Amino acid sequence: MKLKLTLLLLLLWGCGGSSNTGNKEETQATNTPPVVEASDPMLNMGIGPVKSVTLGQLNQEMADQGKLVYETMCTACHKLDKKFIGPAPIGILERRSPEWIMNMILNPVEMTQNDPIAQQLLIEANGAPMANQNLTEEQARQVLEYFRTL
Amino acid sequence: MEQRFNNFAALLIMIGILSSCGSGGNQGSGALVSDAASQVYVPPGQHDEYYAFFSGGFSGQLTVHGLPSGRLLKTVPVFSVDAEKSYGFNEETKPLLNTSYGFIPWDDAHHPELSQTNGTPDGRWIFINGNNTPRVARIDLSLFETVEIIELPNSGGNHSSPFTTQNTEYVVAGTRFSIPVPQKDVAINSYKDNFRGALSFISVAPEGEMEIAFQILMPGYDYDLAHSGKGKSHGWMFFSSYNTEEEHTLLEVNASQKDKDFIAAINWKKAEEYIQQGNFEEMPSSYVVNRYDESTQMASSEKRTSVKILIPEKCPGLVYYLPTPKSPHGVDVDPTGEYIIGNGKLSSDMTVHSFTKMQAAIQNEAFETVIDGIPVLKYEEVMDGVLKQAGLGPLHTEFDNKGNAYTSFFISSEVVKWDPKTRTLLDRAPSYYSIGHLMIPGGDSMNPWGKYLVSLNKITKDRYLPTGPELAQSAQLYDISGDKMKLLLDFPTMGEPHYAQGIAASVIKDRQVKFFKLSENNHPYAAKSAGETRVERQGNTVHVYMTAIRSHFTPDNIEGIKVGDKVYLHITNLEQDWDVPHGFSVMGALNAELLIMPGQTETLTWEPQREGIVPFYCTDFCSALHQEMQGYIRVSAKNSDVALKWSLDE
Repeated sequence: MKLKLTLLLLLLWGCGGSSNTGNKEETQATNTPPVVEASDPMLNMGIGPVKSVTLGQLNQEMADQGKLVYETMCTACHKLDKKFIGPAPIGILERRSPEWIMNMILNPVEMTQNDPIAQQLLIEANGAPMANQNLTEEQARQVLEYFRTL
Repeated sequence: MEQRFNNFAALLIMIGILSSCGSGGNQGSGALVSDAASQVYVPPGQHDEYYAFFSGGFSGQLTVHGLPSGRLLKTVPVFSVDAEKSYGFNEETKPLLNTSYGFIPWDDAHHPELSQTNGTPDGRWIFINGNNTPRVARIDLSLFETVEIIELPNSGGNHSSPFTTQNTEYVVAGTRFSIPVPQKDVAINSYKDNFRGALSFISVAPEGEMEIAFQILMPGYDYDLAHSGKGKSHGWMFFSSYNTEEEHTLLEVNASQKDKDFIAAINWKKAEEYIQQGNFEEMPSSYVVNRYDESTQMASSEKRTSVKILIPEKCPGLVYYLPTPKSPHGVDVDPTGEYIIGNGKLSSDMTVHSFTKMQAAIQNEAFETVIDGIPVLKYEEVMDGVLKQAGLGPLHTEFDNKGNAYTSFFISSEVVKWDPKTRTLLDRAPSYYSIGHLMIPGGDSMNPWGKYLVSLNKITKDRYLPTGPELAQSAQLYDISGDKMKLLLDFPTMGEPHYAQGIAASVIKDRQVKFFKLSENNHPYAAKSAGETRVERQGNTVHVYMTAIRSHFTPDNIEGIKVGDKVYLHITNLEQDWDVPHGFSVMGALNAELLIMPGQTETLTWEPQREGIVPFYCTDFCSALHQEMQGYIRVSAKNSDVALKWSLDE
């Protein structure tokens, strides 16, 4: 019986061919090569759409917008001054690169799967995932600017 | 013994797979079986090619299956409450089930009908009728949720409904049971004097809102089914009728006396002219229109107090009768709009009327007689031909994209394929058992997808593992792409499915709402961030503004609630991602759970009965810490002075 099953599997395999396209999103998520852990976390850009952020002079208007976004979308799990469900954002710019922060906001599922820092944070939070609140890249940038004022 | 059987089965499957690997293998019986399996097999993670929408019959709901797999994808609650989705239990959806009689938690849903543009299903909405307390519902297919239900006055049972015109100008609702219009207390045996049949035309606005545009007051027959003209016959709607004998008892015998009953042909463009001219009666009526507002995420119920009535006697050219043997059930119009097919339920023949001939007969006033101002066209003048003795008990006909018709025969339990133009019988296939409706995706439109046919069978008997006295309903899938119909699959359906509709998945699947944006949530009791959460008391009414996100409620400790309070628990799901609903339930609540989609606010009403501590929790597994997503409410005595207090992590 076992032999027949193996044979069956082989046959099924052989039938696959070009029709076996699978779920594209899923393949992308699992095929992303793991990021090599950087010794300095400030050099880790994270995984996601944000490749490079230049921080100029503080833009207060942008920061004010970011405060509004943060208060609506993030405060269920993040308190400013202490770890709540997730870490407190105070001082985050001394711990993480701006790119990493934005990628964590914009792409949390992939980050917690493949980014070593995010993986560690997920474990520290006992598996409570960072929710993807579907911020736009502009909103994530505003939140980052707000974090600079803290 | 079992082991031997398993070995044998494995061998059979292997042979099947081997033969399906080949491109042009032989078509022996073994190969045919495996061929069927591969045709309905949708590999893990892949999608079906079609959505199919099945009426839930006496369940009152609509089920969504994928074709060709037959997999059940969703049950959309429509006319019946659904505790799983809190439909009819939460404050937001209760008004959808309101009627002029009050809140009704059930109905009997028969015929789903997709909205159309240019005679083609467009995937915006699907309509379905409530048969018992006459209503029509509209389901938004970007949400797969019921968003509107309209009640029909002057109707005794909404069966010939809700068939659409080719641009969804109207969906119709003809009464199956004639009644006095307006209602009055009369002797039942005064039927012939007092009973009338109302045919309602419900206008559908560009955004979907339904209103009753007008009703046509017809003789007191039973109006059974309908389908609209299309293409050349656009502007007409056809209703089948039985009981033209106008009997009120033992219809089984008494309503089967005449050789021919009628298909009513309604010129609705003419009706619009009469309405425009003011040639109608405004009849006081009481009915409701219930709509769900996506912005406030709440339904409301509005009363209507009158309806416009057209009387055929006063509206020449509005209605004609086409004599049709014999108690015709389905009336089906082919994709060209030329052939109007009467499925003569008590006859073995299929009557094919010609729209062109009908027009000529009207022109030439070829009338047999006139009934209540409605000319009865001469049968010989409108009938184009008859498919004779094709089977027993023809009920419904759908069409493919090659000019073929497919008719269900209930008594002889089969699908018959034929050519409506030449009335030639082409093929027949048995159904298991006793087919009622049948469905080809787009098969009642101008552009059918002619690949599959589904038969919706009335009797299940031995088709599945038995489940006590009540069995699952039985649907069957046929491949109709070749000359011969091929049975591919049995699959169970919910309730008694009457009609179904199908549409290519590509029309709908990319238009799905994945979550509700918090910024667009205008629910009056939403708490759109943890900072907005609070508890407010007004007398013995308490409003709790609570939020949910993986994996906690804010607040999760509430004190100061008292026995005898009426507590409204407004829960906003703060998630902004697809497929992260949260559930919410309270011990001892006399209703149901809430199931709150991301960005949505829902309200559970709870009237605490006993002092003590009442837990609540999230019912929908949301994360690794789902089991921790819980909270407590302290309930104190009616006269207690425990202060109102709410908190999280204090």
